[in-house]
Amino acid sequence: MSTPAVEVSHLRKVYGSGHTEVVAIRDATLSIARGEVVGMLGPSGSGKSTILTAIALINPPTSGQISINGTAVLDGPKELVNLRAFRRQHLGFVFQKANLIPFLTALENVQVALEVNDVPSRKARARAMELLDYLDVGARANNLPVALSGGEQQRVAVARALANEPSLILADEPTAALDSQRGRQVMELFAKVAHERNAGVIVVTHDHRTLDVFDRILEVEDGMIKERPLSQPASNS
Amino acid sequence: MNLAVRDIRHNAGRFVFTTVGIGLLLMVVMGMGGIYRGLIHEATLLVNRIGADLWVVQGSTRGPFAEVSRLPGNLEDRVRAVPGVAKARRFVSHTVQREHQGKPLRIVMQGLSWPEDRGEWIPLISGRMLNQAHFEMIADVSLGLALGEKVHLGQDAYEVVGLTRGMVGSSGDGLGFFTVSDAQRIQFDTPGEAVRIERAARRERLAKTDIGRLQPVLLDRANGTSQSIPALAKPQVSAVLVTLAAGASAADVRANLAAWPDVTVYTTQEQRDLLVSGMVDKARRQLGLFRVLLLIISTVIIALIIYTLTLDKVRDIALLKLIGARNHVIGGLILQQSLIMGAAGYGIAWWLGRYAFPRFPRLVVIENEDLVSLAFIVLGISTLASVLGIWKALRVEPNTVLAA
Repeated sequence: MSTPAVEVSHLRKVYGSGHTEVVAIRDATLSIARGEVVGMLGPSGSGKSTILTAIALINPPTSGQISINGTAVLDGPKELVNLRAFRRQHLGFVFQKANLIPFLTALENVQVALEVNDVPSRKARARAMELLDYLDVGARANNLPVALSGGEQQRVAVARALANEPSLILADEPTAALDSQRGRQVMELFAKVAHERNAGVIVVTHDHRTLDVFDRILEVEDGMIKERPLSQPASNS
Repeated sequence: MNLAVRDIRHNAGRFVFTTVGIGLLLMVVMGMGGIYRGLIHEATLLVNRIGADLWVVQGSTRGPFAEVSRLPGNLEDRVRAVPGVAKARRFVSHTVQREHQGKPLRIVMQGLSWPEDRGEWIPLISGRMLNQAHFEMIADVSLGLALGEKVHLGQDAYEVVGLTRGMVGSSGDGLGFFTVSDAQRIQFDTPGEAVRIERAARRERLAKTDIGRLQPVLLDRANGTSQSIPALAKPQVSAVLVTLAAGASAADVRANLAAWPDVTVYTTQEQRDLLVSGMVDKARRQLGLFRVLLLIISTVIIALIIYTLTLDKVRDIALLKLIGARNHVIGGLILQQSLIMGAAGYGIAWWLGRYAFPRFPRLVVIENEDLVSLAFIVLGISTLASVLGIWKALRVEPNTVLAA
């Protein structure tokens, strides 16, 4: 059995203290294998984004453990590795907005992710071009983000997320700013990436029309994670 | 990939305008240094060029460039007799302002001890040196006089026989070279009425004395010109310039001359130091303070624009941190922008200065060492200016990108 892309054990996140205390995550446990695409659903305020940012290593939990690609990285708020370096090597991110750097071309937006991981410039450029071609936006490589459509921007963002061949890709409502057709294309892209590149993918989404692309669906409610059978109709989220 | 350059390219308009502004400020900083150098150059020009080894001036004074110095005209003969002196020349220096062709004309008049000194040492750009004892002059081009033009000074007209360039006094006014006697004639030119009053007063004084009453012929002599009265001294000179004989000891000659109680002796270097420390020192301090203020203003402007550019990039910086960019990558982005702005501003200052400084009314001398030191200063202030932006960037949390 291969090493899971991510394992989360008894995650708990509490904001504030005393009478202002808010429990964002009560007790979350999950495991996602490499090559698996997992959808994470839940109503607003249920704790989806908190779980995602905790796994993204930018919002440490109050307690619980997180292991990524077999390496224990967080034990509660305690950092067990250099988080920034770990993110650089093992994680990829896609957001609701593409969040491309406006002063870099599509190609350079992908290239920069490689260069911050010490890939030499020439090699990084070739690899970035290869990824853009893989995602069918190679023709727009030299365009600034402002000249790209929403779908093209999101594809470039996916290419950036894939640049360092991460073991885990985290996507926070990546189709929210896209029409249904383009939204579906992006979701299918995640499935393609997960299966072909053997990366674990967690997608936080409200878009129930694309749930069929996921291998598993997790529902978050009141800071708890529940596995939902793929055939079950969506709850009110 | 250089993020700083790409961001600058993206914000080219703002960057260019700010950099041009910084460039203009740095040009003023550069220019002020050049003006100071120019002041020194102009102040010491004559002393450097005239080729004297020693300056004999009025006792207990600092010489004609610092204050009034009056010496009897025959002092040069006494000086010539001192062992080790090869040549002694009278030197007259004073400034006149007259009307010429309806415009004010300020001339720093230099009297040359003609015929020993015909102005051979003056770098002429056209014309010739002084060939006759009277009514000729060599003028700096800044006076606006043409070769062959005649200038009325006092009761006589002086023809411009030679032109020189860059020969100005410490005030920035152009030099005019005359023979000593012409310079004195212009200096001591007195209106006819004043002469008549003085002669009448002279007769009056003489008439009240025994010798005047006993020697009536003296009363007649008192009506004559001053030069025809042996008892009256000749007009005085400003200094006597000494050229040492080959192999003569300057210290010995100086010691001999300094023993005379009516004169003070300076070497050329001392005369130069007196000029720099006296006349130019306050200007140096004034310009220095302005330079410091302008550098502070430049630093603040660079810091503010870099900080603003950083604020515009908060989301991008957060994203870079999220994807794992190290602090030095982010800090380097901001530092490089600051350095590029400083360097470009410096380049603009240097380029504009090449065209602007020669058009300044006073001489601006830009020395290589000043350019190098200003380059290092700009490097320093650019680095300092980036601190605020780097501080802001390093405080950006990576999850800012999610909140956006």
